[in-house]
Amino acid sequence: MIMREMTVDATVENIPAVTDFVNRKLEELQCPPKSQMQIDIAIDELFGNISNYAYKPDIGPATVRVEVEKHPVAVTITFIDGGRQFDPLSTDEPDVTLPASERRIGGLGLYLVRKTMDEITYEYRNGKNILKIRKNI
Amino acid sequence: MEIELKKDGTHLDAVMHGRIDTATSAEAESILIPAIEGIDDLVLDFEDIQYISSAGLRVLLLVYKKMAVQGEMKLIHVNEMVREVLDITGFLDIMNVE
Repeated sequence: MIMREMTVDATVENIPAVTDFVNRKLEELQCPPKSQMQIDIAIDELFGNISNYAYKPDIGPATVRVEVEKHPVAVTITFIDGGRQFDPLSTDEPDVTLPASERRIGGLGLYLVRKTMDEITYEYRNGKNILKIRKNI
Repeated sequence: MEIELKKDGTHLDAVMHGRIDTATSAEAESILIPAIEGIDDLVLDFEDIQYISSAGLRVLLLVYKKMAVQGEMKLIHVNEMVREVLDITGFLDIMNVE
């Protein structure tokens, strides 16, 4: 198991740096472009949520950890923040069959992540939100 | 993210480039919403869009709702990745995607 992590301020401006950090690991694995795109979108959704909500109106740190398993090949990305407790898995799934006029704006991000990742788990431990996604490559 | 606007009367081609994500969606919204004022035929060209996250879908839905009142809109040149995102979220069912 290979593990690497980075800690940065949870801000929207840092999403590209986090994405690059994860992508460097994925490129070493020769991750297919489609899976890489899905992971990039997941990072945008999850790190974006932390940036927009966890510490508001202040700014605080978030840690992003990448773990790679070789047999079978899978990537686990863990997002850890010390902001307010929030379990994103407790939110209702949006109704994606509604006509446009009845659609609420938002709520789709986590739905997309759930549909494209193989596993997503949340726990709150020692004052930290710990959100994990896993994708088989 | 960049958007090229080509207006011809009440027809507008918006050629989009890059990624429509958390970092860029506010800019996309601030360009598109005023640009579609008075437009009754909108074409969003996604040929050079690599991916769209939910922040981008939010902008698409805003634009779509405005265009539903004032005319028509379609998305063209949508790549496989973007198409999958639109499919999963049900947007393929409500939007005209070529």
